[in-house]
Amino acid sequence: MAELNLEQLAKDLVDRAVQSGATAADVVVHEGEEFSTTLRLGKIEKLKEAAAKALGLRVFDGKRSASAFSSDFSPASLKTLVARTIAMAHETSEDPASGLPESPLLGQHQGDLKLYSSDVAALGTEERIGYARRAEEAALGADPRIQNSEGASFESSVGTRVYASSAGFVGSYRSSYCAVYVVPIARGNGSGGGGMQRDFWYSVARGVAGLEPPEEVGRKAAERVLRRLGARKVPTSHVPVIFDTETASSLVGHVFGAVRGDAIYRNASFLTGKLGQPVAGENVTILDDGLRPGGFGTRPFDDEGIPSSSTPVIERGVLKNYLLDSYSARKLNMKTTGNAARGLAGPPGVGPKNFYLSPGTHSAEEMIRSVKEGFYVTELIGFGVNVVTGDYSRGAAGMWIENGELAYPVEEVTIAGNLRDILNNIEIIGQDLEFRRAIASPTLLVGGLTVAGA
Amino acid sequence: MAGPRHNMPTRKGPQKAMAENDRFFFDRYGLTTADLERYLTQALSDGGDYADLYFEHTTSSSLLVDESLVKTALEGISMGCGVRVVAGDQTGYAYTDDLAPEKILKAAKIAARIASGPATISTVGLSTLHSPNNLYPVAAPSTDRALRDKLELVRRADAAARGYDPRIAQARVGYADQVRHVLLAGSDGRIVTDFQPLVRLNVFVIAQENEKRQTGSHGGGGRVGLEFFQGEKDPEHFAREAARQAIVQLDAKDAPAGEMEVVLGPGWPGILLHEAIGHGLEADFNRKGISAFSGRIGKPVASELCTVVDDGTIPARRGSLNVDDEGQPTQKTVLIENGILRGYIQDKVSAEQMKTTRTGNGRRESYEHIPMPRMTNTYMLAGQDDPEEIIRSVRRGLYAVHFGGGQVDITSGKFVFSASEAYLIEDGKITAPVRGATLIGDGPTVLTNVTAVGNDLELDPGIGTCGKDGQSVPVGVGIPTIKISRLTVGGTAPRALQSFT
Repeated sequence: MAELNLEQLAKDLVDRAVQSGATAADVVVHEGEEFSTTLRLGKIEKLKEAAAKALGLRVFDGKRSASAFSSDFSPASLKTLVARTIAMAHETSEDPASGLPESPLLGQHQGDLKLYSSDVAALGTEERIGYARRAEEAALGADPRIQNSEGASFESSVGTRVYASSAGFVGSYRSSYCAVYVVPIARGNGSGGGGMQRDFWYSVARGVAGLEPPEEVGRKAAERVLRRLGARKVPTSHVPVIFDTETASSLVGHVFGAVRGDAIYRNASFLTGKLGQPVAGENVTILDDGLRPGGFGTRPFDDEGIPSSSTPVIERGVLKNYLLDSYSARKLNMKTTGNAARGLAGPPGVGPKNFYLSPGTHSAEEMIRSVKEGFYVTELIGFGVNVVTGDYSRGAAGMWIENGELAYPVEEVTIAGNLRDILNNIEIIGQDLEFRRAIASPTLLVGGLTVAGA
Repeated sequence: MAGPRHNMPTRKGPQKAMAENDRFFFDRYGLTTADLERYLTQALSDGGDYADLYFEHTTSSSLLVDESLVKTALEGISMGCGVRVVAGDQTGYAYTDDLAPEKILKAAKIAARIASGPATISTVGLSTLHSPNNLYPVAAPSTDRALRDKLELVRRADAAARGYDPRIAQARVGYADQVRHVLLAGSDGRIVTDFQPLVRLNVFVIAQENEKRQTGSHGGGGRVGLEFFQGEKDPEHFAREAARQAIVQLDAKDAPAGEMEVVLGPGWPGILLHEAIGHGLEADFNRKGISAFSGRIGKPVASELCTVVDDGTIPARRGSLNVDDEGQPTQKTVLIENGILRGYIQDKVSAEQMKTTRTGNGRRESYEHIPMPRMTNTYMLAGQDDPEEIIRSVRRGLYAVHFGGGQVDITSGKFVFSASEAYLIEDGKITAPVRGATLIGDGPTVLTNVTAVGNDLELDPGIGTCGKDGQSVPVGVGIPTIKISRLTVGGTAPRALQSFT
């Protein structure tokens, strides 16, 4: 369906809801195509392609609301959808903070945010398969200890998202996405489990031209997996920890979890009540940037129709702003920062835009050289992070640092501490910031954490 | 709590209901057997060994009470057909949310691209296959029940959580249900249908005392109707348990760091098995030789005290299915028997590649997804030991009774699971509660360190969701009280400063 038709569909559904008795309504429509292929040892293992569409409706009955979703866009089905959703709304509670944002706040960013690249849809199937093949070949060819792989994949999607509300907003945008990744397996002569290790690397972009050459992705994946061979457990200790860009991004992700308005108004964050106070070292600045061209967290408007903008979250260690949608803004007596995020239906929550820790001036190599004894983390697993208390305990793998050098690989250990302390102990910030997802960070050196092993 | 059932009752009553369910797609969407044959023929028109069609119609709803307000009421329908073509170990896949014949034929043509060549298989006459399982004959599916009945459950849980203790500052109660009609038609001639209910209630609380805030959560459900939530499993039970955890955590000290003896309580701590060995035993990893358990059939991977099964046939459980999502009846599969690795968790493609029998573990999240080996209910059989004796036998260690989630690297074998309620054991006695810590171990060896297995097997209350390769499926776990002689606890308190040395 053409974009215009989807906008009309959304607007008509909003109007129908209001005509049927809703005091307000909003609609999200999504339509898209996805493709994915996995190759293993040079042979296509999976090939998948499909198109899908779906919509979500939210209706208000004064301060009550309810939602529904469906992939059936036929008039008969939509009529039933509206009726059922309005009936459900009658049974919910009156929530004084609920409602759409006021009309004057609505709008969309004008200008091309470079979310859509036509080279994704235009790329032929053989070429797509070729990306995966090239990445795997490069990884398998890098070293005789790499003879196996879990596979290499190429994925892409293009889609259109529409939002319309009875407050007077209707808008849409297209976006595209493509990625290549490879998971090589290396086998050493080590003890236990045949001494196998796996690791991966990937490249992701809005357009095909933005992807790293797949040979590079394969080469880097090979480097990462070879580095893990012969990994050992280390004795329990309290040492400085360097988080590589991937693992540092996950740390910054927890900070997002602690500044999002839907956690703050519920007192469900260790950063509640800390606005205006220092919560991190003076070297730490974290921003939420909604306008970065092509960014994975970039959109022209949020999921309530608020035009995109940027918000300083932490400035030189001081907590400046929470990230809010209109609901959490009302709960906190503040203004929305345009961070409403919604799947298809239901009330929005708060989502990040391009949420990142501002880079410093050191290279990762310099940072490693500065550590006499410590842990360079390249992988974290598990879900042991509690944003309410700040407690942090996750499984880790990486390299032990001895006298400023990466000495040997480490596995089967945990890293533990508290996010409050971690934020205050970021001693060195790297210069290697790269936006590989909505949440990003350069390499970080944290002063002291408990590494639990033997 | 009930353990696994061993004999399947023959049910005569709901035959009529089953027949109605068989006909869901035929009656409501005018689907015919001739259509199915046509679609399968198109799918195999470029070659391939096998094709199947997975029709799905899922109705779901959810409710959220937060700050004692019903903030969210949501419902929806998801419906479509996924077409799969298999050529050896290669899979082509496409799907459509529109059941119009031209849309399904188009999907079949796309899926057919995995093969190249002339059609070599034609679909043998299609006929309905009935699974011996009838594990969830729910008389009144939750989606037919009035919204206010569900709201009552949620409101009761909310009131019970807040009323448990004045220190309970926040409570959030969620209810979610779905019913799924499926029809699987395969080029091997089988048509299999199922009607799959699923219900869950979740309570999350925050307790506050002065500056300290702590959390607790609990929940339960299964392939049941709303009548599940009564007696010992009423909403108040789940709410009180979540609140109790949060209150206990207010006094928790820092968890210890390092290797020590660990005792796991019964039930949800069975997530240990899911992470340590479950994923590693999925056949797709093993036929590719990338799992730490590859090539280990017949070898010891656990102490003799350990027998671990994956059982999809337990009545009414969240992780159970009458048939898997490839139309294969589920079964009870022995994975580890008295410490010896006996078998892998199979789907159709893996079983064929490994030249062994299917185990009914081919699952997919929805019609949009390709099936792969997944667990159902994974648990360890009860042993002989008295749980209290097990604790008394520990001089210094950790006793962990509740967990959040876990994760595993199936190649290196390293796995984690995060304790949310745990206590120190000192000189055989449970002493101080400790704050949440992640436990980490090595899958192929951790069960060799199991030195005691209790007689108190429990299954989890019905809250597990497993993620693999971007697909989520509901699962169950279970375990009796067990002692592990050595496991790394990821706390922050160095040994020297602990109360025991």
